[in-house]
Amino acid sequence: MKLLFSNPVSFAAAARRHRGINPPDHKQASLRSVLMDMPLPRLLYFPLCLTGKEPAYPLVKPGYSVLKGQLLAASTDGNDNLVHASTSGRIVALASHPRPDPFGSNGETLILEADGEDRWIALHPATDWQTLPATEIRSRICRAGIDERNDCGLSRWNHARQPEILIINALETEPYLTADQALIRSHAKELLTGAGILQLACGALRCIIAITSEKSDAIAALYTALQESGQQAGIEVMVLPPRYPITDRQLIDAVTGGRVPVEQPESERGAVLADVTTTMAVRDAVIDGRPMLSRVTTVCGNTLRTPKNFRALLGTPVGFLLELCGIDYQNLDRLVMGGSLTGFTLHSFDVPIVKSSTCVIAAAAGEFPAPVTAGPCIRCDACVPSCPVGLLPQNLYQAVKNERQDLMTGLRLDDCIECGACAYVCPDHIPLVQYFRAGKAVLSREARQIELSEYRSKRFEARRQRLARDTAMRRGSRRRSVARPENPDIQDSGLKTFSRTRAREEIAAAVARVQQRRRNAGKATARPRDPDQDGRS
Amino acid sequence: MVGMPVPALWLSGLTLLVVAIAGLVLAWRLCRWLGRESRRQRQDLSEQINRLLPQTQCGQCGYSGCAPYAQALAGGDAINRCPPGGERTIQRLAELLQRPVVRLDPTHGIEQPARIAFIHEEQCIGCTKCIQACPVDAILGAPKFMHTVIARECTGCELCVEPCPVDCIDLLPMPTVGEPHWQMPERDFLSSSSSEVRLAREVGR
Repeated sequence: MKLLFSNPVSFAAAARRHRGINPPDHKQASLRSVLMDMPLPRLLYFPLCLTGKEPAYPLVKPGYSVLKGQLLAASTDGNDNLVHASTSGRIVALASHPRPDPFGSNGETLILEADGEDRWIALHPATDWQTLPATEIRSRICRAGIDERNDCGLSRWNHARQPEILIINALETEPYLTADQALIRSHAKELLTGAGILQLACGALRCIIAITSEKSDAIAALYTALQESGQQAGIEVMVLPPRYPITDRQLIDAVTGGRVPVEQPESERGAVLADVTTTMAVRDAVIDGRPMLSRVTTVCGNTLRTPKNFRALLGTPVGFLLELCGIDYQNLDRLVMGGSLTGFTLHSFDVPIVKSSTCVIAAAAGEFPAPVTAGPCIRCDACVPSCPVGLLPQNLYQAVKNERQDLMTGLRLDDCIECGACAYVCPDHIPLVQYFRAGKAVLSREARQIELSEYRSKRFEARRQRLARDTAMRRGSRRRSVARPENPDIQDSGLKTFSRTRAREEIAAAVARVQQRRRNAGKATARPRDPDQDGRS
Repeated sequence: MVGMPVPALWLSGLTLLVVAIAGLVLAWRLCRWLGRESRRQRQDLSEQINRLLPQTQCGQCGYSGCAPYAQALAGGDAINRCPPGGERTIQRLAELLQRPVVRLDPTHGIEQPARIAFIHEEQCIGCTKCIQACPVDAILGAPKFMHTVIARECTGCELCVEPCPVDCIDLLPMPTVGEPHWQMPERDFLSSSSSEVRLAREVGR
């Protein structure tokens, strides 16, 4: 239990190594108000297909009454993309509805009409989480449908190496985002509990909460909470310089003091990362047994009278939150979900809040720079020092534009985190991130195509071999029966092989049977036919 | 040779014979080795080519599948006979085989977006003809029972459409759920002169 300001030398070194940019942060407006709960909206929307996730299949039908916390949908294996009802009510439809993705597309969505009673499903709280085994904690977290964003994936807990450090990422360096800061300000104690639970679950020896230095109120709250909860050993706070962005790799470097080699896979880093929202949800899931039903979302932008942070129920339409903040529709220019640098434009007020919705920005005219025509790249190299990953954006841009896949992979396009720093500093306003996303789409399509064609050729080959085998067997068995007509093994094995002598005997036997029957029929006319005795043997 | 003694004559004739036979044997071995080598190389090449083909196994190229076409390509066949692969495959084949890029031969078909077969189950009579036609075993069913296409396995080769006696098989666009569809930005600056663009921006500022 100690407050750990990284020492000035490493602070400066970290700042130098961090590169990135220093955009105006626009955070003050939404921090003026405290974290608020919101009233119930009438309709809540639960999208079943989200970009980059397994599609969920509904477990309820329109007309069903559901309770708060009830599981509505899950992926086929039941482990991913769990959708819980965030209030009690009735499912009114399973319909196509705008979903939160950059393409403005619609998707299958469960629509829930709230009954206003907010009745919970039966919960199973754990009175003393410290005594729970790690497997039980993990299964509780798994069942709560906690999002695997920000490296806190359950899959990553199957580490090749026992994780040594748990890092709670409270950096939140992107402009406009204040959700984590607001949450820590009011719920620092709960965050520490959540961190303790995560530490127990993943077996890490140390736990470090990383936060940037300008969030003084949140740091103070954490400090107070650490002082109060005397027993919680092993939790430290690390303060980093505020720069955008700070990647996971940089964060691990800063915390461990070393440099993580590029080639090293995630599972061997010895560090587990979790964000603040995840940590809070883990606390609720393990102690109260509650699934993740809400998240803190920053609602801000110059068209709002009172921007603030809401504890938003998942499924709440964005328009409902904007109304609560007093939106001025006349002045609205763009509606953005996510931060100003990594977010995407929304085309509908009905898009619901999902587990990854950190922020909704209702921007006034002139708040964001108007789109300008991109100029040609003048190779000024401004983008290179801005890249937090250490890529060469201008070379990557040429590679993507000329569709050179070899160069794209060679320049490590896959490592791009799409932070937008390069596009922000570009003097010619080239939409670099969009190029990179398009390039990544090309690469992933290509990889998928290769995978698919390998799979298909395997199936084709398997079928060819099977047919050849069948033909060979048919031909072989015929030949064998001719060569060894009276082989007793074949006769006994039940295999029907053709034998001329046996056939003659069988025919003779059949003829005898028929004659016998005719004779019998002459005696007693009403005898039924026995199909088993008919000529077949 | 006239003045030579008889044994020497014999010897030289024998030597000649031995050398000639040895030479013949060597040449024969060399030919065999060369043939095997070239066959092996062609095998390698056809495997490389096969990896570039889309593996729909549709037979639109005139061969019974992708692997036979790859072998034919290694032997020098035209590179523009694969409609499912389209321009992209032609380009890659041209790169690999160092041949000029040509347009797709329309007699073999036209390039289309990926599709998969779909059986209208209420019309299916369970004749199993499509099952026998499917090159990748993507159709499930039994005699006199309804058949269906396993979407994950289907390559959209259309080979099942023709044998169906009740025409209950349709080709539908391949579903693309959850895939990224980011497009390249429009390259506006190429349409107008870049200096104009820059001037306009600077004046605006």
